[in-house]
Amino acid sequence: MSTATPSAPNTPAAPTNKLGFTKQDYVGSKSTLCAGCGHDAITAQIINAAFESNLEGYRVTKYSGIGCSSKTPAYFLNQGWGFNSVHGRMPSIATGASLANRNLINIGVSGDGDSMSIGMGQFVHAVRRNIPMIYIIEDNGVYGLTKGQFSATADKGSHLKSGAVNDLPPIDPCTLAIELGCGFVARCFSGNPKQLNTILKAAFAYEGTVVLDIISPCVTFNNHDASTRSYKHVKDHDFPLHDLGFIQYSEVEDVDIAAGQTEVVTFPDGSKVAIKAIHEGYDPTDRFGAMKAIHESMAKGEFLTGLLYINPTQAPLPQTLNLVDEPLASLDETVLKPSPAVLDDIMQALM
Amino acid sequence: MTASLAAPALTKGAKTRINDFSIQVATVNGSGSQTANTVLLRAIFQMGVFVSGKNLFPSNIAGLPTWFTIRASAKGYVARKASNEMLILMNPETAKEDIAKADPGALVIYDEPLQLDKLRDDLDFTPVPFQKLVTASCPEPKLHKLVKNMIYVGVASRLLGIDMEEVKKAIAKQLKGKAKAIELNQTACMAGYDWAMENLPDQDHVKVVRDNKTQGLIIVDGNEACALGALFAGVTVVGWYPITPASSLVETFIEYAEEYRKDPKTGKSTVAIVQMEDELASAGVVLSAGWAGARSMTSTAGPGVSLMSEFIGLGYYVEAPGVFFNVARTGPSTGLPTRTQQSDVELCAKCSHGDTQHINLYPGNMEECFQFSYDAFDLAERFQTPIFVVTDLDLGMQNWSSKPFAYPSKPYDRGKVLNQQQLAEIKDWGRYKDVDGDGICYRSLPGTPGGKGSYFTRGSGHNAYAQYSEKPEDYVAVVDRLKRKYETAKSHVPGPVFRNLGSDKGLLAFGSSDPAAIEAQDILAEAGIKTDYLRLRALPFTAEVDAYVKEKKVVYVVEQNRDGQMANIFRETYPEHATKFKSVLHYDGYAIDAKCIVDQITAFEQK
Repeated sequence: MSTATPSAPNTPAAPTNKLGFTKQDYVGSKSTLCAGCGHDAITAQIINAAFESNLEGYRVTKYSGIGCSSKTPAYFLNQGWGFNSVHGRMPSIATGASLANRNLINIGVSGDGDSMSIGMGQFVHAVRRNIPMIYIIEDNGVYGLTKGQFSATADKGSHLKSGAVNDLPPIDPCTLAIELGCGFVARCFSGNPKQLNTILKAAFAYEGTVVLDIISPCVTFNNHDASTRSYKHVKDHDFPLHDLGFIQYSEVEDVDIAAGQTEVVTFPDGSKVAIKAIHEGYDPTDRFGAMKAIHESMAKGEFLTGLLYINPTQAPLPQTLNLVDEPLASLDETVLKPSPAVLDDIMQALM
Repeated sequence: MTASLAAPALTKGAKTRINDFSIQVATVNGSGSQTANTVLLRAIFQMGVFVSGKNLFPSNIAGLPTWFTIRASAKGYVARKASNEMLILMNPETAKEDIAKADPGALVIYDEPLQLDKLRDDLDFTPVPFQKLVTASCPEPKLHKLVKNMIYVGVASRLLGIDMEEVKKAIAKQLKGKAKAIELNQTACMAGYDWAMENLPDQDHVKVVRDNKTQGLIIVDGNEACALGALFAGVTVVGWYPITPASSLVETFIEYAEEYRKDPKTGKSTVAIVQMEDELASAGVVLSAGWAGARSMTSTAGPGVSLMSEFIGLGYYVEAPGVFFNVARTGPSTGLPTRTQQSDVELCAKCSHGDTQHINLYPGNMEECFQFSYDAFDLAERFQTPIFVVTDLDLGMQNWSSKPFAYPSKPYDRGKVLNQQQLAEIKDWGRYKDVDGDGICYRSLPGTPGGKGSYFTRGSGHNAYAQYSEKPEDYVAVVDRLKRKYETAKSHVPGPVFRNLGSDKGLLAFGSSDPAAIEAQDILAEAGIKTDYLRLRALPFTAEVDAYVKEKKVVYVVEQNRDGQMANIFRETYPEHATKFKSVLHYDGYAIDAKCIVDQITAFEQK
């Protein structure tokens, strides 16, 4: 249900989604990132996917920490509420708000610095708790906002613009997330909008934590020849695992999925992800197989992209905590405040 | 509360301290002595005598020395008393030192093999063959260590004249429903009592005589009282991380929530409780849950507040509500984690970087622990900011007698929150617009339908419409308004409590220093030094505090820290009166006692 008033489309009529909103209703403020930044391409796909998924904008909450990536929630979905918090602590912000109101659609945007260094502790525990959120890591291997220091996802041997060489191994958010029990782990490239769009739509239909590592080259500090996060390098080493299709629950009956090479994963709400393998022998429902394949490809310097691992049946945190169906934030005094008789009983027991 | 009790005549009435003494019990941590000591305390309480207990325990699970002091006071003084009239020494490790520190004339009950009676000739020694008694009364050797402590409860009860029926009742109460344990302990206790009856002469140092002072009172600790306040305040999201001495606040809440916060129809929970990975994450949960419209809280101690301080600054600046309990302990760093102090006063008053000021509540007794915890949630939502409820280990973890808590009938104040319809009617809403001139703006909650009221919360510079701004005038407008909001809080926080004897000398204390301050005020008055006592209950200072400071020639500020932190806040708030404030300090980790206040003020007065 949405009671928002869709904007009056100008002539010629802009296309609307099932809620009657145009794509313009899903945009945010103007981006202040560098021209050509991969993050802006991600923002564009969040807007597209939200529009196409018929998201109720008022239910969307956007969280972030600190860094270039963390600025982006201001650039999409102005209909939703945003909370730009402190460095590395976005997951705890998402945890509290998602518990306060279980009807919210939670999108967290973080970066490789924000999540894999200062925020590693919160990342790990948010995934472990399976809080209901899409956790996007806009991963460029570099600290952009402080002007170009290495991050913990930078590849060993990668060069900074200044010439400095990274001599430490990278942390991979995806294998880490799989290890932690995350039920929806994907890697994308900001330069592959089609794949990103499909995965985002599937992510909106998923109930628990989605970890989405999006390789997003930094055009200012990390786009040179000796970088393993440059546009050219990533484009040359991007190995999509499969052709993906996503069918929202409301459309399932209208769509035929061809038998044969296509694997179908069904979500609790009835939505389906259709997966047609390109990479031979990759099964995204096989946790250990996925880990092995990712490690093998990383050793070869490839970026495997697509849905790396999926298990749609894990209980998100509000369900684990057995919370009432109504948002906790909506409960009032009549529900929350015990009666005078209860206080009497407690006092009697303390006498 | 200081009504005097006419002492009933005993044989040597002049010397006997009736319902007015302290007992110190020295045992080994983890030996089950806490149960025995609580039974002794409860039995005295059931005899109708004001009593308080202080557990001086080590930071250790088992094996290190621990002391428990029980003070009975006909006058209702419940502060720790520095001198003890009775010692019960069960710990070989500390016995000699305990004897060396004993006050002359003290009655010493000790484990016979320790052979302490040759150490001093000015003490009254009572050796007890504990092992023999426990072997005879308890058939299970593996329980001897635990039950041994009940023997001294029996011996002490006989010597003090406590009715054994009250002791048996106290055991049953303490071991709720565990029939076998109750029987075992009652038997052991009786064995001690009977042995003392047959083998020990009666004594006349200290006696318990039945009184009626505790009828209808409860025994509770501050953490439980705070947990109950939060329960009745309707907290819906709790993010926490274990830390001594704050853990039992949330743990007690969890127990109550199991019973009282389940939907009767579905069995589902109306509160989310998450043990987070650290205190910083707890703070994030509290503030974001508050931002999203829940009533939220955490409970921690000083090191946790330090870790949370980055988030507290965010909460202050973006104006997100949440309740932060600080059950303070001793020291910087790990310090003495099982000892008490009031040394987080300045930390909580100004927690975080940049210009920050917070509303702080200082409950001084169990009823206030309950009521202020309840009120804190109203204040958090009214002022849209982190609220500190500052207690300490002494309030939080010790046993206190109290009047039963009054039902908090005041309806919840959910503050300035706009619903869908209100948002639709307002033409030019700005999240940080001061429409009412009180510094408090109107907020919307995420998830409100209708397409109005969404905004972007950010820790970076923002204007009245929550838009990013680096303009000097926008920054100044926001922080000046926050200052105005803090001014508004002056008429919403609890004002001070006075105990005036008619003097131009002020005596000022807060929180757990209250009982010692009251006792000291009486002792000083008897010695000719009259004071007007003000017990501070909150920051910011209210108008009554302003008036008091202006009116007094000198203000003795009593607090349990080294640096006189509260006095510093007073000097900073009232620079024109800065020289009036004299610090009276106690900071060794033990709860403050009246004597140290009397001694320091007397010394000031003699200058």
